[in-house]
Amino acid sequence: MRNTVLLWLALGLVSFCVLPWHMTDRGITDLAWATDDIASTGLFATVAGQWWLAPTGLALVLAFVLQFAVKAPVRRAKLTLATALAGLFWMALQGLIIVRAGPRLFETVLTGEVISAGQAGMGAGAGLCALALLFVATVSLSQSGKGQGDAFVVSTIGLIVALVGIFVFFPVMHILVRAFQVDGGYSLTEFFPRFFSSDIWGLACLFGDRSCGVAINSLFLAVMTGAGTTILGLAFALIFTRTNFRAKRLLRVLTVLPIITPPFVIGLALILLFGRAGTVTEFVADLFGLEQTRWVYGFWGVYFAQLLSFTPIAFLVLIGVVQGVSPSMEEASQTLDADRWQTFRYVSLPLMRPGLANAFLLGFIESLADFGNPLVLGSGYSVLSTEIFFAIVGAVADPAKAAILAIALLTLTLSAFLLQRMWLGKKSYATITGKADSGQNASLNPALKTLCYAIALPWAALTLIVYSMIIFGSFVKLWGYDHSFTFTHYIRAFGIDLSSGRLTGVAWDSYFTTLTISSIAAPLTALVGLSTAYLLVRQKFFGKDAFEFSTMLSFAIPGTVIGVSYIMAFNFPPIELTGTSIILIIVFVFRNMPVGVRGGIAAMSQLDKSLDEASITLGANSFQTVRKVILPLMGPAILAALTYSFVRAITSVSAVIFLVSAKHNMATSFIVGRVENGEFGLAIAYSAVLIITMLAAILLLQLLVGNRRLRRADRVQQSV
Amino acid sequence: MNKIGLISVAALTAATTGAMADELSLVCSAEQDWCDMMVAAFEAEQPDIDVLMVRKSTGETLAQIRAEAGNPKIDVWWGGTGDPHLIAAEEGLTQPSGADTSELLGWARNMADISDGRAIGIYAGALGIAYNTEILADRNIAPPQCWADLEDPRFVGEIQVANPNSSGTAYTELATFVQLFGEDEAMVKLAAIGQNVNSYTKSGSAPSKAAARGETGVSIGFMHDMVTLAAQGFPLAIVAPCEGTGYEVGAVSIIEGARNFDAAQAWVEFALRADVQSRAPEVGAFQVPSNANAQVAPESPDLASIKLIDYDFATYGSSETRERLLARWDAEVGDPNPQ
Repeated sequence: MRNTVLLWLALGLVSFCVLPWHMTDRGITDLAWATDDIASTGLFATVAGQWWLAPTGLALVLAFVLQFAVKAPVRRAKLTLATALAGLFWMALQGLIIVRAGPRLFETVLTGEVISAGQAGMGAGAGLCALALLFVATVSLSQSGKGQGDAFVVSTIGLIVALVGIFVFFPVMHILVRAFQVDGGYSLTEFFPRFFSSDIWGLACLFGDRSCGVAINSLFLAVMTGAGTTILGLAFALIFTRTNFRAKRLLRVLTVLPIITPPFVIGLALILLFGRAGTVTEFVADLFGLEQTRWVYGFWGVYFAQLLSFTPIAFLVLIGVVQGVSPSMEEASQTLDADRWQTFRYVSLPLMRPGLANAFLLGFIESLADFGNPLVLGSGYSVLSTEIFFAIVGAVADPAKAAILAIALLTLTLSAFLLQRMWLGKKSYATITGKADSGQNASLNPALKTLCYAIALPWAALTLIVYSMIIFGSFVKLWGYDHSFTFTHYIRAFGIDLSSGRLTGVAWDSYFTTLTISSIAAPLTALVGLSTAYLLVRQKFFGKDAFEFSTMLSFAIPGTVIGVSYIMAFNFPPIELTGTSIILIIVFVFRNMPVGVRGGIAAMSQLDKSLDEASITLGANSFQTVRKVILPLMGPAILAALTYSFVRAITSVSAVIFLVSAKHNMATSFIVGRVENGEFGLAIAYSAVLIITMLAAILLLQLLVGNRRLRRADRVQQSV
Repeated sequence: MNKIGLISVAALTAATTGAMADELSLVCSAEQDWCDMMVAAFEAEQPDIDVLMVRKSTGETLAQIRAEAGNPKIDVWWGGTGDPHLIAAEEGLTQPSGADTSELLGWARNMADISDGRAIGIYAGALGIAYNTEILADRNIAPPQCWADLEDPRFVGEIQVANPNSSGTAYTELATFVQLFGEDEAMVKLAAIGQNVNSYTKSGSAPSKAAARGETGVSIGFMHDMVTLAAQGFPLAIVAPCEGTGYEVGAVSIIEGARNFDAAQAWVEFALRADVQSRAPEVGAFQVPSNANAQVAPESPDLASIKLIDYDFATYGSSETRERLLARWDAEVGDPNPQ
């Protein structure tokens, strides 16, 4: 343990003395700092007059000395902890007070030429110092007896809490405080009447033809979407695992298609099919002599589009869970003379509860935060996400209104989260125990099987139609009007000059940036998400519930709010990231991490704790247990987290629009620009290429991660 | 733990960038192709300035420069409707460029005067009505010629227009009505048209796109957006209303605290030149250029033949007037919010 502490301290000291403390205009990685006197190391800067950096260095030195000076381990750990925390606290304090334009608090005390010159954002040196201090603190904390003395667990908690604090709470607070702002001051009394106004919570639509408040609209839509996607997802998961359906592979591809689609495309395809002048509408109207209506604009259109878009998420969460339900339990039930329906109803289904609850929660939250579909199809049906967007970027910008609506949205999310916790209760859902378990999963009873097919297959057919239309749309001159065949859109977007090998297409730049950033973000997201899930399921610690909710926060907040709050928080020292690719990676990691968390929790609740205990008893530490026992059993959850975070990084729009810069432009903001401009052909050709790229990436991931083998053979009992 | 550490280090040191010398960070709010062409032309003339351009809508840009105030990452903001540029000027988010405006037309100089030279007009686009020729022919509806025609019950359920609370285009329409007919009469007329409106969209360009695809019969919006759609082949006919119409002025502004002021200034002067503005039609941008010596494309709406009202940016751009008009619109015209 002391060696671990010493290692981190050494890293901290080296970065304090050798690496540039502040970032330079050329970025963090640029190596020209060695010859440049502006960007110097923490040590040089301190000597040069930036005395406020000294305490951090001193904390590192002091902690180092403590390791040798104090003999009693617990006392040493406590003293080291205090020193490291003090160092971290000071770092944050000086960073927040002394910004680029000099000190912003205590101006009267903090005077002098150097201090009023201010400082730039933290660079590599500061970052590594903070990391070293953090780990010194967490290792010492575990040494002093907390967290069962498990340094790995305590360090992971410490790291994730710090990351969530910096990259979720810190920015989000910048926006939420606006809700309490009135003409230069803050007021609680102003907040409540605005928050509880009938524009937000009104129930008028129940009693007359007036419209309900936006929060009620959103809530209704979200409950419907959550329920709908969970049912569809379950039907698909059952078909996959409990039937011998022939075209499973095709179904599998269909179920992932909607999440790999840039958001507006589904809405547009629905309009072309079901809009007033849509193909299906015209066909039905001709057939039955009906008036062509605009029913797709409004609640039903949005609901339809959300079902199409979010069912795959429910499916991704549920497939692992449905697979995990132990055949032994089902066989036991059948041995006890239950029929297949009873087995499903009273054994399998209750064991799937964590999966159902998490799938519903994700569908609910996705629906609340969804922005693209309501924008394209919502018409008069106002929901929170679009209202928030227009409160920020609309003709009348009102950040206070945006913040109040964001709080309403968070209230809904928090309530859903608490309800989910109550429903799951404290029961155990573990079915993967490591004990011999060589049974066969019971196949579905015929009625249930028919029901699953009846629910899932029409949906699959619809998805197939929508996607064939998209591919079709990319090859025609003017989708929806002039259907003569053309390659122009592809040539404009992805043209290559064959003689010189130059990439002449307009889309190449953003295409490569998008792929690079998503490939960096995806493994990080999976790592952070699954580590969090591991902590939540396997470890007990103070404030766990609050911790769990805080990891959902960034997901529940609409992208627009996140985007603007990231600019507000990270455009200024101490952490100045705007205009870089790092800010894009970070926003993806923390926005998509909840899916990793939810999927991880659902999958891990099924792993019996005796597996961990066996591993620990055999002398492994918790890090080894995670690596050798839990990770291999988490295949589907890892795959889901990787897949999801990769494609979300490619397809998300609203947060990204504020954070892209000329050097780092993303595909979606490019596509949205083209759509705004009415250039659908190019936008759809680009989307089609993205869809194919993501499909290839998913297949590759599936090959790499592979299937987990829970039992000697995963097979389904032949129906008799 | 070491693994986590290593990966965090990798994340921290992943590729980053900052501003170099001789760079110009440009946000473009006009059509993408126009932005690309402008950048290419500028870089050809000034090979030592590297233009970093990104396209964002005016609302997004305004939200971004507000959030970045004090440490802006953008140098110059080119294109997009004038109101957000004027708001930015009013809030001190932009600075005077000192560019020479003597060659410009009256409405462009007027914009520079109101904003103390912070926002300068680069093009004008008139407000108009578009209708889908196939839809109206199918339903035997006579095309509209005037704003007043839109009140006629023959258009019931066929008109789409944006909501002025979220769309600058729709606010321009509201302000145009107020100036054409007087405030009280305007509200009556808008409410009458409202009887025929099937949807108040959030975005200003959405109605014309819907009209192009036959999702609605008639739309109200900026004529240059309609021209672009019609040029792509959609059956869209464009009408300059007989009572006269208002217009938007697209602008260029330099952000307060810009890191590359000289390059930004060079951009503004470049963007105001007659020969540069004359090239816009090459990429299908049919707005009317602000430089009096620039050539106007034959497709552009001929401002001389349209009865343009003298759109008073100073009054209708102010937040006070804006809030009052929008409150009246909400109360008297309102979004019926079906269901």
